[in-house]
Order: sequence, then structure tokens, then C-alpha cells
Amino acid sequence: MSGPSTYEPKTGIERWLDTRLPIVRFMYDTALDFPTPKNLNYWWTFGGILALMLGLQIATGVVLAMHYVPHVDYAFASVERIMRDVNYGWLIRYMHANGASMFFLAVYLHMIRNLYYGSYKAPREVLWILGCLIYLAMMATGFIGYVLPWGQMSFHGAVVITNLFGALPIIGPPITTWLWGGFAVDNATLNRFFSLHYLLPFVIAGLVILHIWALHVPGNNNPTGVNVKSKADTVPFHPYYTVKDGFAIGVFLLLFGAFVFYNPNVLGHADNYIPANPLVTPAHIVPEWYFLPFYAILRAVPDKLGGVLLMFGAIATLFVLPWLDTSKVRSMRYRPTAKWYFWIFVLAALVLGYCGGQLPDNPVIGAPTGLMLLDADVNSMVWLSRVATLYFFAYFWIILPVLGLTETPLPVPEGISEPVLSHPATTPTGAAASPEKRG
Amino acid sequence: MLRKAIALAALGIALVAGPAAANTGEGYELRHPKWTFTGPFGKFDPAQLQRGYKVYREVCAACHAMDLMYFRNLGQSSGPFYDAEYKNPNDNPYVKSLAKDIQVPDIDSETGDVIQRPATPADRFPKPFPNEAAARASNGGAAPPDLSVIAKAREGGPDYIYSILTGYLAPPAGLTMTPTQHYNAYMAGDLAPYWKGQGHAPKGGFIAMPAPLADGKVTFDDGKPSTVAQQAEDVTAFLAWAAEPKQTERKQFGLGAMIYLLIFTVILYFSYRRVWRNVAH
Ligand code: HEC
Ligand code: HEM
Repeated sequence: MSGPSTYEPKTGIERWLDTRLPIVRFMYDTALDFPTPKNLNYWWTFGGILALMLGLQIATGVVLAMHYVPHVDYAFASVERIMRDVNYGWLIRYMHANGASMFFLAVYLHMIRNLYYGSYKAPREVLWILGCLIYLAMMATGFIGYVLPWGQMSFHGAVVITNLFGALPIIGPPITTWLWGGFAVDNATLNRFFSLHYLLPFVIAGLVILHIWALHVPGNNNPTGVNVKSKADTVPFHPYYTVKDGFAIGVFLLLFGAFVFYNPNVLGHADNYIPANPLVTPAHIVPEWYFLPFYAILRAVPDKLGGVLLMFGAIATLFVLPWLDTSKVRSMRYRPTAKWYFWIFVLAALVLGYCGGQLPDNPVIGAPTGLMLLDADVNSMVWLSRVATLYFFAYFWIILPVLGLTETPLPVPEGISEPVLSHPATTPTGAAASPEKRG
Repeated sequence: MLRKAIALAALGIALVAGPAAANTGEGYELRHPKWTFTGPFGKFDPAQLQRGYKVYREVCAACHAMDLMYFRNLGQSSGPFYDAEYKNPNDNPYVKSLAKDIQVPDIDSETGDVIQRPATPADRFPKPFPNEAAARASNGGAAPPDLSVIAKAREGGPDYIYSILTGYLAPPAGLTMTPTQHYNAYMAGDLAPYWKGQGHAPKGGFIAMPAPLADGKVTFDDGKPSTVAQQAEDVTAFLAWAAEPKQTERKQFGLGAMIYLLIFTVILYFSYRRVWRNVAH
């Protein structure tokens, strides 16, 4: 961890353990004493929220797995049985299903925070890449989990997504057969998906440990993007950030509860309460909301292989982002031009999400113009997706590399204690050496 | 902070509204009776559920299975025949007698013959057809869907079911009808190929289910006038309950959980202010 450990074992048993396995010391240094910049805003609370959500998904998932039957003939009914006959089964299942959405909401906000404050830049590249791996594993877990209840969207979503791999030349078809464990999405597919759905969250947990390790070497970034200069810039993680994160978690859980208790099915699709039927294809196959931007990129390309490559390219781009952004200034606060491009990027991502939920030929506003460009009307969701996709890639591959060289940043403060603070202390700073001891 | 909270909320709504907006198709706006069970404090009216069960049993059960339902469900907490004296619905005498009126298939353990016997509360609702092919054959080629979770399986939920049941309007003149299809103003479909009239084809679509309800078709034990609208409302309430028999518990539990979380969050907020009061940040 950064700096020498300040842990002092207080009891005999702690001293005994400390010379054998210093696990209490490790936890003390990581979670209690860790020096954290004192100017972090609420955008920094999503890390704690994400850790909580992973824990909740695993806890509820393990209980679901005790009652779930991974077989095409029984999966649907077993999920309904959980909701009807298992004690508090409805709570566990709705927490798990809505928990996945909340998990993604939090991860998206966490990622937007990193983009805005330049947290992916040196020396935090490995930290960022580990985050991208977590996101990738979450997408795999979420997609596979949605297949498990074996409703119409589960089945047909699985068919559409696994077929994407078939677009790859030569290796595509064997990969699809291998994923399916047969020649179609069937019982073998459901079984292996269940196995993987149980496995991947633990892979995520392992990545999270590495992620936190990689965080604790350089320490947190902060809203100014300026390095921490001295101890005066930081406060110990506990109690300062445990209490602030705790408050944010409370607010987040209230939102979570509003879904679980009062709108448990709004984020899902009604068709997933129809048992899977390979012979009847739903009129409109849509993935879960958190995949919609990628679905829009996929469909923006007229060629299937091109669409698949571009979709995976969007994720791959994230991995190399630390080397695309050429600006030395981390925080967008001091990048007057880049800031605007950043907000347009957020808008483009939201537009992609919107387009992903629409039929490609739907007009964006009013009626179709009748003016065809290539394969579609200019006033159509496909064309809107194309514009947004173009911006999505241009932001990373053109705008960030060029702006870093051409933009004149605003003056950056010397240290994080210097800029006019938004919340001045009620007593002089020096007096706050250890307020937690004073109560 | 408020500004940021609003921005966050707006982002959340935008993310959620995308897929929600995706599902609005062309069609008549659904009919919307006043349900007792919607909203955070909504509850089912047991009398309505009892009437609804009667409509299902006497009309819909001839064609539609409800494979996830057991007779015991009728007597469970917040179910139609719940009786606080019988916490275990299997002991509820009313549920027992309702079950006994229905025959379910079984195997005679002495002879191994397939027999029919009166149901017990532990039995599932029996299926009207032995298999899907038989269901199709008797219904003009369309199998009646299982109704256990139908209220969750259609966009619009109870409003949609109610609208379908009351949406058998006279077919517009100019619509070519087939013997096995019926016009329904709320069914999804494209009627253009069958339209010989003026202008655009009418909204709505064909459905293989003949209008199941008629005035006076079911006699309600509580003396409610048995109109199509009343029958439709009651059977829809019953189906909404059956799709999620634990939803009343969910909302009651939710109220306690939300109050707890709110208090917890407020306490944390003031602890946060107190812990941070001496730090400029
Ligand atoms: C004579 C047989 C019959 C009876 C009686 C009957 N139905 Fe149906 N029902 C059908 C058939 C057949 C379909 C499939 C229609 C189709 O797919 O075109 C159907 C479809 C439905 C649907 C689904 C419509 C959709 O969106 O796909 C609902 C809801 C429904 N019935 C409710 C009921 C209710 C409630 C009752 C009792 C009041 C009832 N039905 C009585 C035969 C019947
Ligand atoms: C990263 C964490 C996880 C995510 C994002 C996730 C996501 C999901 C999703 C989206 C569903 C479909 C919910 C529905 O619509 O019904 C699901 C179902 C399921 N998950 Fe998970 N899950 C996670 C962890 C786990 C774990 C650790 C287990 C088991 C130990 C598990 C077991 C199950 C089971 C049994 C189901 C089927 C029951 C159901 O559909 O409700 N999950 N998961």
C-alpha cells in the first residue's frame, strides 16, 4: 500500500496473528487508514456501491441456484416456483434481476466519472484496464443470466447473440457450435450457461481485488486531477469515506427498493414471461437496456461481420484509451474545449441506447422523408445510430488525440487544497487532526 | 449537490426510458378500469378475486390451462378464499370443497389404470387439453396460451387483458373475415391484406379466440350484475393476482423496508455532515 503501515495490534491474539498472517494489518491499511483525497465528490461513491452490488448479486444468486433447475423443460417453471413457493423467493429473485440493472447503472456512472476526470491516465492505466475487464465480464454474466429463466427473450436473445460469432470467417461457425454444445441453442447451451453464470461472478470478484490493489498503489484520482502532494491533502478512508459512501449507498438502495418493491418488472421485457418457444420468434427482439448502445452499433452497419467487429471494436477502444488521450491535464474542469466534446459523447451514447431499443426503420421525428441514402431513409433510427456511432469512435480516435495537442487548458491549481473550496471547514483545518476520536 | 442529483436522476431516466419507449406500438389506447391492486398501496379485493375465479373456472378453463396454479393457492394469504383461521391453505374447508368439484387425472395405485378422481388442495389446476396438438385442433389452429402468468407476459398487463376481453367490436364493413378468426380492436396485427374498404385498414387484428364473455354468462354469488364489463374486470383481477400471488406481501414488506432505508439514510447523512464538519473539502 502507499506509505508505511500504521497498524498497531492491540490485543494478544492480533499480535500473534500479525506475525503469522498479517491479514488484519492488510485490511486496516486498505479499508480504514488508507489516505484518500479530501475533495472527492459524490461521483466517487460508485465504487463502494459497485462492491455492494457484486456482493448482493452473489448472495442472491447462490440462493437462487439452490432452487433453479437448468433444464429447458423446467427452468421457466422453476423460476416461477421461486417466486411463488420459496420463502421470500420473490424478494431474492427480484433483487437479483433488478440488481443486475442497478449494477450496470452504477458501472456506467463510474465509467463516465473516469472519462470526465481523466482517471484512466498515467499512472492509473492498469487500474482502468482492470475496470474494462470487469465490465466485459459483467456483460458476459448479465447476458448469460438473462438466458437462464428461459423465456422468449432469453431464448431468442441467446440465438441472436451467439449467432454473431458465426459471422467471423472460418472460425465463426465452429465457435458457435462450441458455444451451443450442439447445433442449436438447446439444453446443452442452458446447462453450460448456468455453469458459467455461477463461475463468472467469482472471476469478477478476483478482478475487483486486483482493481483495488491497483487503486491503492497510485491512490485515488480527485476532481482536480492534480496529484496529492502531502498528508494535508488527504483524510483516512475511515470514518470520512465510509460514512460518505454509506450515505450514497443508502440513496442508491432507496432507488433499488423502488424497483424491487414497486416496479419489479419495468426493466424487463414482458415477452420473457412467455416460456421459450423456438418455433415462435418475437416481433421485436431487444436485449436488456444496458446492452442497447452496443446493439445499435451492431445494427448501424449493413454488413453483419462489419457490425460485429465494430461492436467489439467499441469495447476494445476502451482498453487503449489511456494511450489515445494525449492531454497531460486529467480533469475536464480545466479543459474548456474537451469538456464540450465530452458531453456530446455522453449524449451520443444515450442516443445509441435509445436507437438500440427502436426498430431500425422507425423514423426519428415525424414521417419518413422518402429520401433514401444507401439502404435506409435518412430520417430513420439506422441513420441516427450511424451518426452517433461515428461520433462515438471519433471521440476516442480523433478528438481526444488531437485536442490534447491543440487545446490550451485553463490554469491548473498547484495542489488540491488550493482551489477555492466549495465546503469551507467550520473550524480551522489544523483542528481536524482526528475528529473521529472527539465524537 | 442538488444540481448533481438532478443530473443523475435525469441520466437514470434517460437510460430507463429508452427501452420503455421502444414498446409503444400503433393501436387503440388500452382501456383502463379502476383497479384496486395497482400503486404502492394497492390491494386485491377478495370478493372480486372470488368472482374472477368463478369466471375463470366456468368459462376460460374450458380452453386455457393455468399450470402454475394449485388449488391451495386460492386459500393462501391475500388469495381469493383466504381465511385467517386456516393459515395452512390445505386445511381451508372452502378450498377443499372447491377442489373436490373438479376431477383430475391420476394413476390407480392398485391397478395402474389411468383414472379421474376429485382434486385436493395440493393438486394443480387440470389442463383442458391433453397436449398442444389437441388444443390447436379444437381452436381453429391456435393453441390457447397458459394463463398462469399472462398478466405479466403482455405489454400493458391487466389493462391489455381487460381490453382484449371487451374489445370484440363489430368487424368494420370491408374487412374480409375467415371462419376461425374474430376481429378484436386491441389485438396486434396487420389487417391490410384483408381490407377491401376505404382508406387505411382499421386498427386491431384477428384473434382465434371467440368472444368468451356474454352478459349473464356467469352467476355471481354476491349478486353483482353479471355484465361483460364486470366479468372481464373480475377475471382480469384474478389473473393479475395469479401472475404474482405474493405481490401484496411484496408491497407491504417494501413499505417497511423503504421506511427503514430512509431513516438509515437520513442518519448517515447527518453523521456524514458531523464527521466532515472540520474538514475543508
Ligand atoms: C373457446 C376457447 C376459449 C375460451 C373459452 C377462452 N379462450 Fe382465451 N384464447 C383462446 C385461443 C384459441 C387463444 C389464442 C388466440 C390467438 O392466438 O389468436 C386465446 C387467447 C387468449 C389470450 C391472449 C391474447 C394475446 O394477446 O395473445 C388471453 C389474455 C385470453 N385468451 C384470455 C381468456 C380469458 C380471460 C378467458 C375467459 C374469460 C378466455 N380467454 C376464454 C381460446 C379461448
Ligand atoms: C455479476 C454478478 C451477476 C449478475 C450481473 C447477474 C445477472 C443475472 C441476470 C440478469 C439474471 C436474469 C434475471 C431474470 O430476468 O430473471 C440472472 C439470473 C440468475 N442468476 Fe445471476 N447474476 C450475477 C451473479 C450470480 C451468481 C453469483 C449466481 C449463483 C451463485 C447467480 C445465479 C443466478 C440464477 C440461478 C439465475 C436464474 C434465476 C432467475 O432468472 O431469476 N447469479 N442473473
